[in-house]
Amino acid sequence: MDSTLLLIQILNGAQYGVLLFLIAAGLTLVFGVMGFINLAHGVQYMIGAYLTFMFMGVTGNFFAALFLGLVTALALGLALEALVLRHLYDRDHLDQVLATFGIILFVNEAVKVIWGPATLTIPPPEILSASIQLTDNLRYPVYRLALIVVGVVVAAALYLIVGKTRVGMLIRAGASNAEMVSALGVNIRRLFMIVFGFGAMLAGFAGALAAPVFTLEPGMGDNLLIVAFVVIVIGGIGSIRGAFIAALLVGLIDTLGRSLATDVMHLFFNPSAANQIGPSLASMLIYIFMAGVLFFRPQGLFPARGAA
Amino acid sequence: MKGVSVADAGALGQKRRTDLSLFIGIVVLALLAVTPFITGFAGGKYVEALVLKAMILAIAAVSLDLLIGQGGLVSFGHAAFVGLGSYVTGIALTEGVTNALPVLALVISISGLFALITGAISLRTSGVYFIMITLAFGQMLFFSLSSLSTYGGDDGLTLWDSPTLFGAYIFEAGSGLFYSALVILALTWLLVWRLAQSRFGRVLRAGKQNAVRVGTLGFDIFKYRLVAYVIAGLLAGIAGFLTACQAEYISPATAAWQNSGNLIIMVVLGGMGTRNGALLGALFVVLIEESLSLITLEWKLIFGPLLVLIVLFAKGGLVGLISRSGVRQ
Repeated sequence: MDSTLLLIQILNGAQYGVLLFLIAAGLTLVFGVMGFINLAHGVQYMIGAYLTFMFMGVTGNFFAALFLGLVTALALGLALEALVLRHLYDRDHLDQVLATFGIILFVNEAVKVIWGPATLTIPPPEILSASIQLTDNLRYPVYRLALIVVGVVVAAALYLIVGKTRVGMLIRAGASNAEMVSALGVNIRRLFMIVFGFGAMLAGFAGALAAPVFTLEPGMGDNLLIVAFVVIVIGGIGSIRGAFIAALLVGLIDTLGRSLATDVMHLFFNPSAANQIGPSLASMLIYIFMAGVLFFRPQGLFPARGAA
Repeated sequence: MKGVSVADAGALGQKRRTDLSLFIGIVVLALLAVTPFITGFAGGKYVEALVLKAMILAIAAVSLDLLIGQGGLVSFGHAAFVGLGSYVTGIALTEGVTNALPVLALVISISGLFALITGAISLRTSGVYFIMITLAFGQMLFFSLSSLSTYGGDDGLTLWDSPTLFGAYIFEAGSGLFYSALVILALTWLLVWRLAQSRFGRVLRAGKQNAVRVGTLGFDIFKYRLVAYVIAGLLAGIAGFLTACQAEYISPATAAWQNSGNLIIMVVLGGMGTRNGALLGALFVVLIEESLSLITLEWKLIFGPLLVLIVLFAKGGLVGLISRSGVRQ
């Protein structure tokens, strides 16, 4: 493998990691602050992508569609919170799993009915559709680079909001001990609502950004949801910093693993065996990584202090 | 079960509830036993095969409830054991071992060993970290099975034979397998409930409430949990054996995380830690999915909200519903 290919894989890995972070950030806050397991988070990602697709057809402008999509995703997230999730905060984790699983089934099927089961695509916006010359023999799409930049900016903004503002302070306090925060006179229900709406919007944002890179299909968020859970568990539940680092690690390990594993296996096995083992091992890598992290640090890399 | 001060009234109420749940369980199993006769008149082989599938899933779900309901250990990798059991069966058959006894012995020892190793690592963690590490081992097994190119790889493998017991094809798809699965289901149902009522089960439940206190009382809760994990794992392995016999086909998809999720759904929907919860949950999910899909192609539009409503309005799952309606009478 030459250095050009390696550079491409690293960029692809960073881009995947950034998307994972946008999904995982909301998930880790909702989980860390509210102690709520929200399986419907992957659905928010899918909704973000489909809404952008829909508004793209109406307005014809990617950025306008992105904006409208985000506002609608936020509204839908808040509606979901008010209708169903709010009644489940005090319930057992498994009740939450069951109810949000029901929501996944419903929304995936609804999307299939509304937009059809076939895959859809969105072209990247005009001004970002070019590709630039990175090295002598490597051109890379501007949109993908912009994606990485946007992800890093959002991560920095989140870090500042959670670390430096009053709302962020309440969020961190909530992640440590929600009851105590409530006893000190903070309207914890409203805090939950803000965190949830914000998390839903971030997931929708990730979906909208990913739409021009991947294809849209019903259920597109389900597998990403599992990987996002892997990310927040590796990073430590409730920790934005942990989610960011873990998301990049997972993105890079997965992407590099897929391109390198087969080659590495060729060193140890005969070609046909290596071609079988390589892809399986590559798919396994992030889970092996997670099991390893949990074995040595059962609370993840950056546990939010006091969080259960 | 809570108030010690009202021991007499409480004990009486509990006794009555126990009798009712035993009665319901036996009725359900008896209904399952007469299913082939009923489907002989209406529904036919299709319904019989469907009920058989539900029973096999119920074995896995009941074994999972030993972990979730009694131990508070939410394993998100339970389908891996089902997949492992089916692969051990399939590989043994392909290699010419058709006697059911050695095949079952292999299934039990390999899935038990897998449970012992992964359990010993997973049980170091707790709560959601336990959920995720069991998912990780499940995924590792899933991808390992996909890489077995000799035995079909991603595509799975068709089996041309079925295991025999003393020359009898009691595990061949059909009524032989139906009653074998029913017997195994009944035994699993009995065993898990006997375990739950024993001292072993009481230690598990105590550990679910407060592991530190149980440790202080001198119990090594880790060992109890590990034993429960191994028992649940090998029972799910047996469900995998039956899966391979029914489908006459093995596929890595059996071990996919979606199936582990489905098993959790069945247990929670039925009612965790109750005698009949997992059993009813498994039968309910399979049968309701099938009946709804007869009504409309988009049956998930009904089933999804139904799950939400059950969670919101029926605490304790289906069993909770039944026992509450029993109290009202």
